[in-house]
Amino acid sequence: MASNEEILTGLAEIVEEVAGIDTADVSTEKSFVDDLDIDSLSMVEIAVQAEDKFGVKIPDDQLAELKTVGDAVDYIAKNQ
Amino acid sequence: MSAVQEVVVTGLGATTPLGGNVASTWEAMLAGRSGVRRIDDEAHEWITRHDLPVKIAAPLAVEPTEVIPRVKARRLDRVEQVALVAAKEAWEHAGLGEPGEQVDPTRLAVVIGTGVGGVITLLDQDDLLETGGLRKVSPLTVPMLMPNGPAAWVGIEYGAQGAVHAPVSACASGAEALAWALRLLRANEVDVVIAGGAEACITGLTVAGFAQARTLSLRNDEPERASRPFDVDRDGFVLGEGSGIMVLERAEFAAARGATVHGRIAGAGITADAYHITGPEPEGRGQSRAITAAIRMAGLDPSDVGHVNCHATSTVAGDVGETRAVRKALGDHPVLTAPKSQLGHMVGAAGAVESIVTLLSIRDGIIPATLNLEKLDPGIELDVVAGEPRKVDLQAAVCDSFGFGGHNAAVAFTKV
Repeated sequence: MASNEEILTGLAEIVEEVAGIDTADVSTEKSFVDDLDIDSLSMVEIAVQAEDKFGVKIPDDQLAELKTVGDAVDYIAKNQ
Repeated sequence: MSAVQEVVVTGLGATTPLGGNVASTWEAMLAGRSGVRRIDDEAHEWITRHDLPVKIAAPLAVEPTEVIPRVKARRLDRVEQVALVAAKEAWEHAGLGEPGEQVDPTRLAVVIGTGVGGVITLLDQDDLLETGGLRKVSPLTVPMLMPNGPAAWVGIEYGAQGAVHAPVSACASGAEALAWALRLLRANEVDVVIAGGAEACITGLTVAGFAQARTLSLRNDEPERASRPFDVDRDGFVLGEGSGIMVLERAEFAAARGATVHGRIAGAGITADAYHITGPEPEGRGQSRAITAAIRMAGLDPSDVGHVNCHATSTVAGDVGETRAVRKALGDHPVLTAPKSQLGHMVGAAGAVESIVTLLSIRDGIIPATLNLEKLDPGIELDVVAGEPRKVDLQAAVCDSFGFGGHNAAVAFTKV
């Protein structure tokens, strides 16, 4: 089981690889769309990589609810 | 109805098997270098795995990922990457500044063709679907494989809202793109067009397919001597990859903004053979009509055209027929050359890169030699530059491009 901190670090690495955003900028309060400028295609890539990395399932209806980085960290923590 | 607009070339960009830009490609051509090499290495392990008979190609001299940032590159198929590399050089060469700065976005268009589009993505993603299932398939699969991808990405990069087109006519695509761009500008529908072609299809499947059609050279032991258009010992073409892009403008618009003009694109002809899906019509009638249409649009007489930059791919059937078409349209006087002897065959990029070469021949007064032309095919009765580049003062020249499907395109360029 990864801690919330470990999940944030892992998620930031994925976001950096897919969207080129500095890991330091991927903090819990940031919105994927409004703050990090990540489009829907990249969100799908991030979700697939997060599923592999943390052993969770992120169905499309759940993915749409994950507005901020913090939302994603909480969801992964709860479902891993 | 407004008068027909004169059109000029203000920007050139290319990435080819001989260099990562126009200057290095042109220098290598005049130095007589070949872009063809053995490719049966680790990166092309499929050649050995499938025991393909062809072990040579003309890959890019500079990897596009050396120029395009990593995160941007991973959203792009290789054919989209090369188009963006060449377009950037052409746009900057034209001195157009920031997008929207010098040309109204609604008066800017893109016309960039490709022969096959993002085939590397198509094959890779199909492998992932087969081995890993749905969730391994990238959400970017479709925008990466679609043949309008190179044009669309260049349109987004420079904010072209006038129009974005992607002509697909196999090996004639690049030249046909210039022809359609010329029509847009002559009709005064836009002020500036970013036009050309892109291709990146050196894959196991495409090489196997071309090999099965018996169109590729098997001269594996002498890669640099394999592409030999017009030579009696030619045995097929060598597959290349790359992109060539021109910035074309209405002459009045270019003059008003003080742009440097490198030449005129004066006319273009597009015809079709309606004869055979791969083989050219042997008498070259459709090819000849394309050349005639190009010089008519340009207001030139056949005697004005001093040079033809030939399509000549180094296949047994194609090269002789083209010279017949040139004789029929222009007569015996034009001096010929065949750039595929050095660049290989860049399919949908070929006609655009070779149009740049044609324009540079007019501008600099020098025609590169056809490499490997040691013994001229006796069926060819025209003057082909061989051995050394030839210095010739040219007022006008034509670039030929023909494609599977019976597509014929000819573009006429004139001196400023």
